[in-house]
Amino acid sequence: MAQIELSAIRKSFDGTDVLKGIDFRIENGEFISLVGPSGCGKSTLLRIIAGLEPQNSGQVHIDGRPVDAIRPSARNLAMVFQSYALYPHLSTFDNIAVPLRMRRLSAIERLPLLGTLLPSRRAKERHIRADVEGIAEQLDIAPLLRRKPGQLSGGQRQRVAVGRAMVREPLAFLFDEPLSNLDAKLRVHMRAELAELHRRLKATFIYVTHDQAEAMTMSSRIAVMMGGELIQAGTPAEIYDHPNDIRVAEFIGSPKINVLPGRIRKDGGVDVLGTALRLSCNAAAGECRVGVRPERIDVGAGPFSGTVVHLENLGAEAFVHLAIDGAGLRLIARLADVRHLPAMASSVAFGFAADAVRIFDPAGKRIELRAEQAERMREPAHV
Amino acid sequence: MSDGSMTIGAAIAPAGATRRTLPAHGSRRTYSAYALVTPAAALMLIMLLGPLAGVIALSFTDYQLGAPHFSWIGLANYRDLFADKVFWTALRNTLAYVVIVVPGAVIAGLAIALLIQSGTSLRSLYRTIYFLPVMATLIAMAVVWEFMLHPQFGLVNGMLRSAGLPAFAWLQDRSTALYALCAIGIWQAVGFNMVLFLAGLVSIPKQLYEAAEIDGASSGWARFRLVTWPMLGPVTTFVVVISGIRSFQVFDTVHVLTKGGPSKSTEVLIHTMYTEGFEFFRSGYAAAITVVFLVFVLLLTLIKSRLADRGVHYT
Repeated sequence: MAQIELSAIRKSFDGTDVLKGIDFRIENGEFISLVGPSGCGKSTLLRIIAGLEPQNSGQVHIDGRPVDAIRPSARNLAMVFQSYALYPHLSTFDNIAVPLRMRRLSAIERLPLLGTLLPSRRAKERHIRADVEGIAEQLDIAPLLRRKPGQLSGGQRQRVAVGRAMVREPLAFLFDEPLSNLDAKLRVHMRAELAELHRRLKATFIYVTHDQAEAMTMSSRIAVMMGGELIQAGTPAEIYDHPNDIRVAEFIGSPKINVLPGRIRKDGGVDVLGTALRLSCNAAAGECRVGVRPERIDVGAGPFSGTVVHLENLGAEAFVHLAIDGAGLRLIARLADVRHLPAMASSVAFGFAADAVRIFDPAGKRIELRAEQAERMREPAHV
Repeated sequence: MSDGSMTIGAAIAPAGATRRTLPAHGSRRTYSAYALVTPAAALMLIMLLGPLAGVIALSFTDYQLGAPHFSWIGLANYRDLFADKVFWTALRNTLAYVVIVVPGAVIAGLAIALLIQSGTSLRSLYRTIYFLPVMATLIAMAVVWEFMLHPQFGLVNGMLRSAGLPAFAWLQDRSTALYALCAIGIWQAVGFNMVLFLAGLVSIPKQLYEAAEIDGASSGWARFRLVTWPMLGPVTTFVVVISGIRSFQVFDTVHVLTKGGPSKSTEVLIHTMYTEGFEFFRSGYAAAITVVFLVFVLLLTLIKSRLADRGVHYT
């Protein structure tokens, strides 16, 4: 259990800035996901927290204590690696026991032959055995304790790696894309398991991933990183519904948010594709970008029309790809009812509610809308 | 036919199996399988197994190099051999040489590899320097060593004297000659072992060291014990066996520097074999020594394959 504070963390590799001043505070017991496209610096940030990589400037505080001069082994953090980094020559039992042996046994007790003869080591080994077996019980890997990592499946290795992290009761758990080596089905399963583990342990989890679905489903808070900067942090719902940057909006959510070109009039009203939206903002007149999530597009009625160019029926839901008439643009709409899908190449009308619209300025920053304008905007089309 | 196909190899076994169900097609496949194996099998027979059988056969005869006739004398060569004091001295010296050179060359090779690996600059320079003895001709190097170890004007004694230590007649003294040869043997083998260990070190995943660090292995020794040493297991086995076999074969330095002397204190198996076979022309007797030598090498190889079998799973 720990609260971790990062202040002005900067890091560059060979003159390339990987982290450009990260300030972030992770509260006790939070499940934080650091999410972003590859190369955004999220793994580097995690490694800096772990101490495996020194930062160029800035401080890391764990529970209010600066840890910058402290070795990784003394920070009492546990890490689960993408490759799991299990010791291939040790059995599952010994793999999980490593952190305990390192901490509880003296250098002499750890000696290969002499150490095992010491009575003090035997007593400690009994405790270690009990602890490891307890962890194995919790993670359902008790029957695997005598196997070597090479004899385990991906999911089992993943659990052993988590067990090795859990056994020492660390201040915080660091996960570096731990699910990316698993197949899709197992990944969904492990997602639920990790979230459950977090609820049970109530420990601080810092989880690095490029998969927005993992971040959305497990975390209590998401921190979105892009190009070495932390752009937005908030609960999954906040990030999804109120992205403060178009890059966040585009990164979170699958399929991607639809972005249409728009224009802010002098009176603050917004036009999109030549149609005025029933909403307004306080921004200066000029170009803007209008984002609408696929599930907020109403197909069948509305002021716009498009041609169906592609259909993706997933059984429970369907995605309709529309080419917008006269705009040379495409958008994706999500339909919950797959029994009434429009035909391919047919022309359909579509629209969206005013509260589904998020507007971004040309630099990508979110523009706030005026609150009273939350009417549905497809009504004029019915008139 | 099917027996033969079973023993030759797994690749042919399925062909034999199909033959039972599809006779005409299957036998053609068996023939082509044999045809494909033939060149390799013939080569192995001519180059490896044939000479080996020849040597073993020779060891039961009284053949002398260049003699027109020879007769079958059974185990007489071996009886002579085991009654010969020189043979036992040679065997003892060879074993002593192996016991000193193998650990020395393996530990020094590993230590140098670790130093080079942990260094930041000049790595390839150091690698080349330590590899030089492997590339150099040992005969020529032995001559250089002869100068270095010379009792009067040798570099080694010069350094000892300037440090106020007593000098030795290294290669002329019964009590030091074998150890001097051991030192040269280690010097020569270290570079080769170092290269093998370096290759092994490079292949250890970096994340294992990071995991070890996170798990609390803060000292270099703890990380070595937890990651480096076990991960180098297969390389170490290989290096030990190769060093063992190569030190069993020690000959060049002995022949150039001491000729087995003084008073047989550096007599080694291969040198005895050489003297018997090519100076006294007792080929049958030399063949018997070779067979004894082969038994030792075979033992080492067996140990290696045993260790490799119960080796760790590296995935």
